[in-house]
Amino acid sequence: MEAKAETAANTINIDGQEIPFEHGQTIMDAAFAAGVYIPHLCHRPGLTPHGSCKLCTVDIRNRISASSTSDRRRQTKFTVDADSRSVSACTTPAAAGQQISSNTPALNEVRKTITQMLFIEGNHLCPSCEKSGDCTLQAVAYHLGMLDGHFPQFFPRREVDASHPTVMLDRDRCILCELCVRASREVDGKNVFAIAGRGTAAHLIVNSPSGKLADSDLETGDMAVHICPVGAILIKEQGYEVPIGRRTFDLHHLGEAGLEKVVLAKTVYRDE
Amino acid sequence: MSPAIRTASSEQLSAFIANTCSKSSHLLHVLHELQHRFLHISPEAVIEVASFLDLPPSQVESAVEFYSFFSTVPHGRFDILLSNCTSCGYTANGQDLLQLLCDRLHVLTGKTRDDGLVSVDETSCIGMCDHGASLLVNGRPVTGLDAVKIMRIAELIETGTPFENWPAEWFDISDSIRKIGLLLSEDITAGNGLRESLMRGIDGTLEEITQSGLRGRGGAGFSTGMKWKFCAEAEGSAHYVICNADEGEPGTFKDRILLQSHADAIFEGMTTCAYAIGAELGFLYLRGEYRYLSPHLEAVLARRRVQGLLGSSILGRSGFNFDIEIVVGAGAYICGEESALIESLEGKRGVPRNRPPFPVTHGYLGQPTVLNNVETFVAAAHIAQNGSAWFRTTGTMKSPGSKLLSVSGDCAYPGIYEYPFGVSIKQVLDDCGAEDVQAVQIGGPAGTLIGRSGYKRIIGFEDLSTGGSFMVFGRKRDLLDIIVNFSRFFAHESCGFCTPCRVGTTLLKNAMNKIAKGQGTQYDLDEMERIGTLIKRRSHCGLGQTAANPILNGLQRFPQIFRQRLARGDFEPSFDLDAALEEARQITHRDDAAAHLE
Ligand SMILES: Cc1cc2nc3c(=O)[nH]c(=O)nc-3n(C[C@H](O)[C@H](O)[C@H](O)COP(=O)(O)O)c2cc1C
Ligand code: SF4
Ligand code: SF4
Ligand code: FES
Repeated sequence: MEAKAETAANTINIDGQEIPFEHGQTIMDAAFAAGVYIPHLCHRPGLTPHGSCKLCTVDIRNRISASSTSDRRRQTKFTVDADSRSVSACTTPAAAGQQISSNTPALNEVRKTITQMLFIEGNHLCPSCEKSGDCTLQAVAYHLGMLDGHFPQFFPRREVDASHPTVMLDRDRCILCELCVRASREVDGKNVFAIAGRGTAAHLIVNSPSGKLADSDLETGDMAVHICPVGAILIKEQGYEVPIGRRTFDLHHLGEAGLEKVVLAKTVYRDE
Repeated sequence: MSPAIRTASSEQLSAFIANTCSKSSHLLHVLHELQHRFLHISPEAVIEVASFLDLPPSQVESAVEFYSFFSTVPHGRFDILLSNCTSCGYTANGQDLLQLLCDRLHVLTGKTRDDGLVSVDETSCIGMCDHGASLLVNGRPVTGLDAVKIMRIAELIETGTPFENWPAEWFDISDSIRKIGLLLSEDITAGNGLRESLMRGIDGTLEEITQSGLRGRGGAGFSTGMKWKFCAEAEGSAHYVICNADEGEPGTFKDRILLQSHADAIFEGMTTCAYAIGAELGFLYLRGEYRYLSPHLEAVLARRRVQGLLGSSILGRSGFNFDIEIVVGAGAYICGEESALIESLEGKRGVPRNRPPFPVTHGYLGQPTVLNNVETFVAAAHIAQNGSAWFRTTGTMKSPGSKLLSVSGDCAYPGIYEYPFGVSIKQVLDDCGAEDVQAVQIGGPAGTLIGRSGYKRIIGFEDLSTGGSFMVFGRKRDLLDIIVNFSRFFAHESCGFCTPCRVGTTLLKNAMNKIAKGQGTQYDLDEMERIGTLIKRRSHCGLGQTAANPILNGLQRFPQIFRQRLARGDFEPSFDLDAALEEARQITHRDDAAAHLE
């Protein structure tokens, strides 16, 4: 497809702010470039967008004629906001003239509920987790004003894999974002991780003959080791080295430019 | 595990896998054969298949764990799955046949008996809804179950009787066609539609299909002609045609009848499409529950090859080459969703893709692909043979043609009814002999639940669209139980990719169970509405977007069935405090009064 001739037309509108975009960018890319923060967990610039966590959910106002997205979706009267449609900012291409709401009380409430879902389906005991303070899930929860898990805990039983000499995998905290899966394939040039199973039984598996990390070709320097937004993949023997008060989200906030680098570097260089 | 055993079994496995792959290298095919032969798929088999097909072991493992019909622990030599659908399920005739069978065979649901003879479990709707309670034994359907038949089955299994010596009529699945219309009144003559299309030419064929106004019969109702045109125009190294025969929506069985009795029309429709879009390869993705139809379909394909209707230079037209492969699914409702189906065909977990891009430009192996429902291809074949004007003689302006309905539940004459679009619900209810109706579920659990005030509504894309499921619930049915059943279905079938559906469907299921147990409060109803609305709007694909429909429809149209079960008070805990102590009691080997709460 040809890029539009007049660049002036190539803007989207997020919460009243006109934001330029280039052909091929997603809504998230454009927002990111303009310094507009849209909450996200399964997204990281440079990796293939995934669209699974749904934290980046935004509403796009429909053009005059209601486009029939999914017929199944229109079937009950309970559908709210029939004049707009919901999309994931991280996977939806930016298109000229999109009128997008993102940072609204209603949408942040939705995001809070989704974050609560992520908390209660796993076993997240923040006070005893060494990722506390460096954890993006926890930071997002604070950002959204989440005070509790709200729903009854699922208390799943999940396996811990401590077989690897330098890396630890605690599936209790895995939120199935597949950042490690993609980082391993797309950046490290390996294929250490995958998701298996279905529904709430979905879980992270290791691509090795025994299914154990020790038998995989994972190395401490791999991006897959550092990218985990929660405390599911941890580097051994460096927990708690950085005191509370000096951890990532004590010093930085989520929407900050360049945060991605800080988060990745944190576990490598610990206390700067 | 000792290395000796491992080498021995891997030699055996290699030989078996090599042989299987010579027939088809589709991962699903190989896994089916392994499951069938060894009753499970062992970690060794996973490694072996991976190296043979040159796939990462994790891809094979993740597929094995995704599909319900594959298992990592051995199943019984008689492997039984009872449907848990509200129409062909094990409680369909008011008795718990699953419990009866398990008791009789001294086996626990989901656990293979110690002697390895038998395993019994439940599964989502197996599409036998016009034949009452039904099961699959080693993949073969047995229908019309009652207590007597269950006892006989238990006996035959206990005595290890091979299937040849089971009553042959048990395995006959008759077509219960009750009403014929445009498509069912006369079969097409194999090759006629294709000949007409060759005369019309590619553009003429695309035009004819578009002019007919045919819209997809799988539920979404997209214009078939437009879909074919977009695909024909899309650039790629190859184009593909896929027939969606996954028919997973509970209460739907019309594709089964088409597969069984109108396979020629299906393949003719697919071949017509191949001609129009320039495809050389097509797939029919058959749901695992219909695996028993595969030999029949293969036979029809073989005959069509002999007739020159498949293969190279079809009907003597040089350059018109096309063939069709059958790939069998393995128990995953989500694989009916088009992009999940394509992932599954590619040997992966059935997880829906991000769209755009759509399959018409980036489908199978990233190439332009047309994917249509079974009934859509049958209609296309008829249009190719009889022309678009003929098709437009029935139906409505917005929904030309006819629709096959799978009618089941509380009615005298369950079966297939072909109606012109625009037929009212009341008409269907009258025709199928439904008396004293409480509610009708149109389009399956993902569709719409309507009560009396909705019976004047019509079947059509402009009002109630349906893939074909039409379930009738009489006054005697506990409607709340039905909704509990549907909420379990979605929690079981959620693929687990996106948060709202993965977690939310389980939250809804738990809340419905709480209400059914009489422990729910108004708070739980409000929560269900809030969560349901969120799942509907924020989920990644059609499964999540419709999973809350039964509950939302129920709350809106049948509020009393919820209210009458509510506990008094504003709040009740979500779990039974005493039951929560059970694990502690087991660990401490105590069961005295002091180890229990009041
Ligand atoms: C969860 C889910 C299950 C589906 N199951 C089926 C199915 O079993 N058969 C089918 O034809 N379409 C099914 N669909 C619709 C397909 O995604 C697709 O729209 C359809 O096959 C396109 O064919 P058509 O245009 O001929 O209707 C399903 C959709 C969803 C979201
Ligand atoms: S281990 Fe971490 S990065 Fe990998 S899927 Fe789980 S939460 Fe995401
Ligand atoms: S909505 Fe459900 S089935 Fe669809 S992608 Fe999300 S988890 Fe999977
Ligand atoms: S960040 Fe977009 S869905 Fe996860």
